[in-house]
Amino acid sequence: MENMVDVYLYGKKYSVPSNLTIMKAMEYAGYQLVRGCGCRNGFCGACATIYRIKGETELKVALACSTKVENNMYVATLPFFPVVKQVYDVNVIKPTEQIMMQLYPEIYSCIGCNACTKSCTQGLNTMQYIAYAQRGEYEKCAEASFDCVMCGVCSSRCPAGISHPQVGILARRLTGKYIAPKSEHLYDRVAEIASGKFSDAMQELMGKSIDELKELYNSRDIEK
Amino acid sequence: MYTEREILESLSKVEASREQRLKDRENIKRMTAEDKEAILKAYHPDYKDDNFENLKIGVNKGDKVPHELADMLQANPRINTADIDLANPTYDVDVLVIGGGGSGASAAIEAHEAGANVMMVTKLRIGDANSMMAEGGIQAADKPNDSPMQHYIDVMGGGHFVNKPELVSKLVNDAPEAIRWLNELGVMFDKEEDGEMTTVHGGGTSRKRMHACKDYSGAEIMRVLRDEVFNRNIPVVDFTAAIELIKDVDGKIAGAVLLNMETNEIMVARAKAVIIATGGAGRMHYNNFPTSNHYGATADGLVLGYRAGAKLLFADTLQYHPTGAAYPEQILGALVTEKVRSLGAQLVNRDGVAYIHPLETRDVNASGIIRECCARGEGVPTGTGQAVWLDTPMIEMIGGEGTIERRIPAMMRMFGKYDIDIRKVPILVYPTLHYQNGGLEISANGMTAVENLFVAGEAVGGIHGRNRLMGNSLLDIIVFGRNAGQQAGKAVNAGITLKDLTLSHVDAYKAEMKDAGIETDLVSPKLLPTYHHREANK
Repeated sequence: MENMVDVYLYGKKYSVPSNLTIMKAMEYAGYQLVRGCGCRNGFCGACATIYRIKGETELKVALACSTKVENNMYVATLPFFPVVKQVYDVNVIKPTEQIMMQLYPEIYSCIGCNACTKSCTQGLNTMQYIAYAQRGEYEKCAEASFDCVMCGVCSSRCPAGISHPQVGILARRLTGKYIAPKSEHLYDRVAEIASGKFSDAMQELMGKSIDELKELYNSRDIEK
Repeated sequence: MYTEREILESLSKVEASREQRLKDRENIKRMTAEDKEAILKAYHPDYKDDNFENLKIGVNKGDKVPHELADMLQANPRINTADIDLANPTYDVDVLVIGGGGSGASAAIEAHEAGANVMMVTKLRIGDANSMMAEGGIQAADKPNDSPMQHYIDVMGGGHFVNKPELVSKLVNDAPEAIRWLNELGVMFDKEEDGEMTTVHGGGTSRKRMHACKDYSGAEIMRVLRDEVFNRNIPVVDFTAAIELIKDVDGKIAGAVLLNMETNEIMVARAKAVIIATGGAGRMHYNNFPTSNHYGATADGLVLGYRAGAKLLFADTLQYHPTGAAYPEQILGALVTEKVRSLGAQLVNRDGVAYIHPLETRDVNASGIIRECCARGEGVPTGTGQAVWLDTPMIEMIGGEGTIERRIPAMMRMFGKYDIDIRKVPILVYPTLHYQNGGLEISANGMTAVENLFVAGEAVGGIHGRNRLMGNSLLDIIVFGRNAGQQAGKAVNAGITLKDLTLSHVDAYKAEMKDAGIETDLVSPKLLPTYHHREANK
């Protein structure tokens, strides 16, 4: 007999095996999920979940796909949360302090309560990356927010109405495009290909028989 | 944490042999071409005839496909064609993109760039896709010691030389440009201080050309593409599946029948060009394997395209990623990125022996694990099955302390949630259903045999032959996604005049089913898997 625990899905009690994740417990209970289920492995942020263990005051957050059920767990899901996504042309904006002020001025209303950090399903220091964004330190903001899955729980807990995941991605795009050093070898190769430098060799290769290709493949040198 | 006696006993053997294995690691021999062929024939699921059946109808009649795919290709449509009002479409656009992953987003951006009125539909949300879960990286021959030709040879060899040359050529030639495009959109690639791309090997590569964004490569690319789609105000109709393609009376593609996943409302989208970017099929659980795929990977695009007369190529070949998580059971089948092996972790059996080179191609390494577990008695019992070790602590011994946190933070987090610190202890792995090597056949312009019906991403067949290399899927969604968007935009700009819309091909398909004596209660496309009760453990 499997070890069973009681979980309360949206307040209704179900008995489920203790080894299941919250997501699989919902399916075990009979739910056919449409919302609140994406990659099922902690990358997409579709299954943000808020729960409380009966008798405890602390409100906990998790991704339903990668968190085990516990006895007396009261579960509510957050399949969608209305965050603010400002529209911009990445080729026009520049990594200046003003751009955050223009697009996401609410970040300067942060009251330092740290509810965002406490609620991050990825364990990120969310308030810190918002602080970096306030100061225009986009590279640091990008690094600190890099593992964000954009589930939106932080925004749901923020008294200042900040859309943290959108601030993070703006900082990352600015960093990737403008701040990180340019890869010269990449541009050289793109230009070589455009100039047709490899065209003849490629045409010849495409015309090779399977046996000729096998010979080339099996004798190719492999970089150490 | 590991608590079972048999696991702990084997673990101590792995730890005992680690120092010596580290010293010998450069000397592990690669398998010969003959050895590889033998191990594939003996152990790879693609080579087990019981797993397949021949199609009874359609353009690929007589060809073999997995049972589960045959069931969907030869199932009933979800609609009665007479009920559909084709004369009053809900949406009327130039380009309709079906699917919200990396190829769909790339296609939409390029079609928009070409000036087309483009719309995306996706049955879940934009970004709920395998693209988001790709961890390891993206290949491109952009270093001085590398070339598109070198990349071409690796792709063909990995695919067993049956790949379509025109598609492989496009893939490798456009690869550096794809990286440039992503970088200029703001994707944060791992770089050295001087700007050189940080690159490593993948299984079957002859040059270190695997670019990455830590081990969130796909997530980083996907969230940037999604952000760009939003910045361009391209309409994304989410929680809406395409359930049938529509043609005009001349046989050109003309749109799709849509289903609201929440309200079950049926709608019609009229479009001058359609791009199928519906992704893979892991959630079909071919041969009862667990899968690394996202929730919606159910081969929908193959079903839609096949009913409309597009041809399948290599639909009988699937990729089992060698390293799916085998323990703890909560993450059974979840992807453990190949980058773990790129960074130096070895595959080690129950007795602590590194029985194979960790960077053989995926099909060979998957077969190797199955051999250790099923034929040689060298597997470790996990409680749900057998597994071999992936010796992650080697990574820090080779790359220095902090390498794991810096290069594969997602893996550290995934196992850390279950109290397994991969810096200190190895992990247990077994092959997981990962990728659909085959799919709908296209030409280099991205189009199927059906006029103005394009396909991009995992739904395409032919690019990767019978086995895809790591890092060529993120590459193909960008190269062929962009290509499909550009070509569709071009076709629209050149002028497409649609005649009356029709679903007669669906009726014809039903008639063909009847003539072939196929009687079934199944409907397709599948849209979502069903996991209830005990099956939820899968």
